[in-house]
Amino acid sequence: MSSRVSTGARPGARFAQFKLVLLGESAVGKSSLVLRFVKDQFDDYRESTIGAAFLTQTISLDDATTVKFEIWDTAGQERYKSLAPMYYRNANCAVVVYDITQASSLDKAKSWVKELQRQANENIIIALAGNKSDLVAEHPDKRAITTADAEAYAREAGLLFFETSAKTAENVRELFTAIARKLPLEQAGNRGMRANPRQGVDLRPEAPGTQGGGACNC
Amino acid sequence: MGHDGEDSLATSEGGEELANDRSKATSPPRDGEDESTIRVLKEEGAETSSKVESSTISQARFQSLETEQEYRPPLPPRPTNVNLLREGSYSPKSSLQRSRKTSRPQLLSTATTALSRTDIHTQSYQDGSRETFDASAQTTPPSKATAAFGSIKRIKDLSGSEGGDSASVKSYAPSLETGGDVESLLGEVLGASQESPAWRLHSTQNGALNPFDSVAYEDDEATVDFYREFDEIGAVAADGENEEQLLNQWKSKRKHFLILSSAGKPIYNRHGDDNLISGYIGIIQTIISFYEGAHDQLKGFTAAGARFVVMSQGPLYLVAISKLGENDLQLRVQLEALYMQILSTLTLPNLTHMFSNRPSTDLRRPLQGTEPLLSALADTFTRGSPPTLLSALECLKVRKTHRQVINDTLLRTRCETLLYGLIVASGRLVSVVRPRKHSLHPSDLQLIFNMLFEARGVKAGGGENWIPLCLPGFNKNGYLYMYVSFVSAYESGGEEGREGQNETGKPDDIAILLISANKESFYDLRKMRDSLVEELEANGSMAIIKSAVRRGRPTATDIVPGTVLRHFLYKSRANVQFTMPSYEPSFTTLLAKRRLLSLYHALHASVHAKNAHLKVHHCISRESISLAWVTPLFELYCVAGPHASRNALAQSANKVIQWVRREEERVFIIGGAVF
Repeated sequence: MSSRVSTGARPGARFAQFKLVLLGESAVGKSSLVLRFVKDQFDDYRESTIGAAFLTQTISLDDATTVKFEIWDTAGQERYKSLAPMYYRNANCAVVVYDITQASSLDKAKSWVKELQRQANENIIIALAGNKSDLVAEHPDKRAITTADAEAYAREAGLLFFETSAKTAENVRELFTAIARKLPLEQAGNRGMRANPRQGVDLRPEAPGTQGGGACNC
Repeated sequence: MGHDGEDSLATSEGGEELANDRSKATSPPRDGEDESTIRVLKEEGAETSSKVESSTISQARFQSLETEQEYRPPLPPRPTNVNLLREGSYSPKSSLQRSRKTSRPQLLSTATTALSRTDIHTQSYQDGSRETFDASAQTTPPSKATAAFGSIKRIKDLSGSEGGDSASVKSYAPSLETGGDVESLLGEVLGASQESPAWRLHSTQNGALNPFDSVAYEDDEATVDFYREFDEIGAVAADGENEEQLLNQWKSKRKHFLILSSAGKPIYNRHGDDNLISGYIGIIQTIISFYEGAHDQLKGFTAAGARFVVMSQGPLYLVAISKLGENDLQLRVQLEALYMQILSTLTLPNLTHMFSNRPSTDLRRPLQGTEPLLSALADTFTRGSPPTLLSALECLKVRKTHRQVINDTLLRTRCETLLYGLIVASGRLVSVVRPRKHSLHPSDLQLIFNMLFEARGVKAGGGENWIPLCLPGFNKNGYLYMYVSFVSAYESGGEEGREGQNETGKPDDIAILLISANKESFYDLRKMRDSLVEELEANGSMAIIKSAVRRGRPTATDIVPGTVLRHFLYKSRANVQFTMPSYEPSFTTLLAKRRLLSLYHALHASVHAKNAHLKVHHCISRESISLAWVTPLFELYCVAGPHASRNALAQSANKVIQWVRREEERVFIIGGAVF
């Protein structure tokens, strides 16, 4: 939470805004990852996302660099599939989530990766997140997908890879920070935080300049 | 009652006609003045009539008394089974018998608890049609009926404040007669037995009681059960060891909703998992299809103290099983809402397509993730829901000029793609903007409010939302897209906005809903939301809304100072909206609220029974006295404590009507903003 009011807001500071989409089978923990990342909260009994939720979170990579994510947290159910292009179109980065205790969820993740690589922005940065690592920490026999297998696939497909736990916060911040570091900050343009004093989140609708800055960085 | 498509949020003519109608509809024929029946009642009560005079306008009880005599009134046939008068409570068996004999199964009556020594009569105020019946009533010696109640004198003494009352009546629908343990939960509302320990305890108490105040009920086993009504039933263990215990737990639930496909595939059930109740699903399906095979559609039946209501909608069977005493009509409205929720997820063409392709389709998959929405609806019905009972909406009370400013702001900031724009505060409508040719349907709004304020899914996300949904009342064939964001009502002024969504536990948030037919319009609507909130902040409207939310509903005594009234529901039929006071202080617990709502359900059933032609209906029980008053313009249901006099209740009812007339443009949205 504290990162939102960045200390790095001095003259010359870099500020970039990126669109991020979360995809994956239902009940793998997409919303929980976002809630952990944005609000540092966790909810044991979460109801399914309906449609999609739109959230923002700002992180500072270093004293001079601030990255703001506009996050589309999509619902995993099959019936929302046709809406997905609307969310990943123009996305600069994507987090594809699976549940390390459910073998089938990785297959679904792979098909999302394939779709993104075919249909989405050419330079989209994709991260693969194997969620619910806390379950495995307690009961190792619950694991259905080994770290090595997933890692091998991620390397092959050119994805960032983390095993995460929204419950314990393990690797959640790291995941988003790694994405932010990989994003093309230089071309994203500079925007002083001072333009928007005290307020962590830009209340205006998406600014085409910054949005496009990330997108057209070929 | 179905959701009436035509009315919705249409305009009404306002207060003048309300007044006219009131006198027209309810004045007794011989009373020339512009005074309501209620007023007349009071005067009569004071005289304690020695001759043919009635104090209670509802009729059913007395007519059944008459049929005991040789004389049969020419008007609607009445139950002839006299025995039921002598029984303190009904057994399901007797109710079945009666249902067969009477042509009016919707409205049956039970014995009064406050008969007078004088003659019992009835009188039809509403229309001339019952005059013959009046005459015959004079010849009816009531002795038999009086003798049937040994405890009348005691009751009479207890309710000493009602010196003017010579008789009272309670009518209810046959589906209420479930007997058994329901009595202790719903008590007098359902016609419980006369001599329960609770009653004896009650009779020792004095003073101004609130309705359903008796402490004794709280210890009751069945009562405690109601607090466990919403507990989850665990999964069946692998060895099936706990199955029996789980089944008992399942059976102890007072209300079930089952949805299955006509092929017998389970789709949704409120309690227990499929494995546990698959047998019951099979039985239900067999029963329904047995009747279907005989081309005799099964609508409902009573078994083991529970009322089963079946609704078949295309490829779906929806079943409600209730021990809470609602009647078929009311349960049907609830099933209808569940069906609408399914349509809202899938749209009608999708649903029919799936089943016409493959009749054995498992609908659980396409509906995945919407169980919380269905359950939130189901639980709302189990707790008791005035909007559902009345098929009407509640609005936030705001001054007319303030509402005008909010409407204008909505219109000013409206973006091209907007279809409907709404501001909703804790389930109450603040303002709505809509195209001239489209109205909003209460049933659609009920689904949206349920999604946002009852289910936790959307709000717990803590962000803005973009939700594809079908609003079946608007168009059941396609999707609309809804932008939702919440503003906390408890936020200090400056810190407003998207950051203020941390307090997800608060039910009192203000939601801004912008609905469009264009699925790409999220960013447009988001922009509109920003300028809308900005302007509402600037012109002070947001502060007004927030303080109205924080203030909550006024209590009944705020509305009518010094009243005996503890709660009321007022529905404006023209506006399809209702208003009510706070549940505080008398009905704060889950159980007290459920009792109150059960009473409202019973009153509603009585006045809406087919052929009832009731305009005013008094119901006196040992727990409460209540009144239903129906005119073409409004429906009013009110409840007072058991020791209140009926005259005082009637006076208060009049005061409520006056209050609503005074406040009409504040408590209701009349017209709304149209573009």
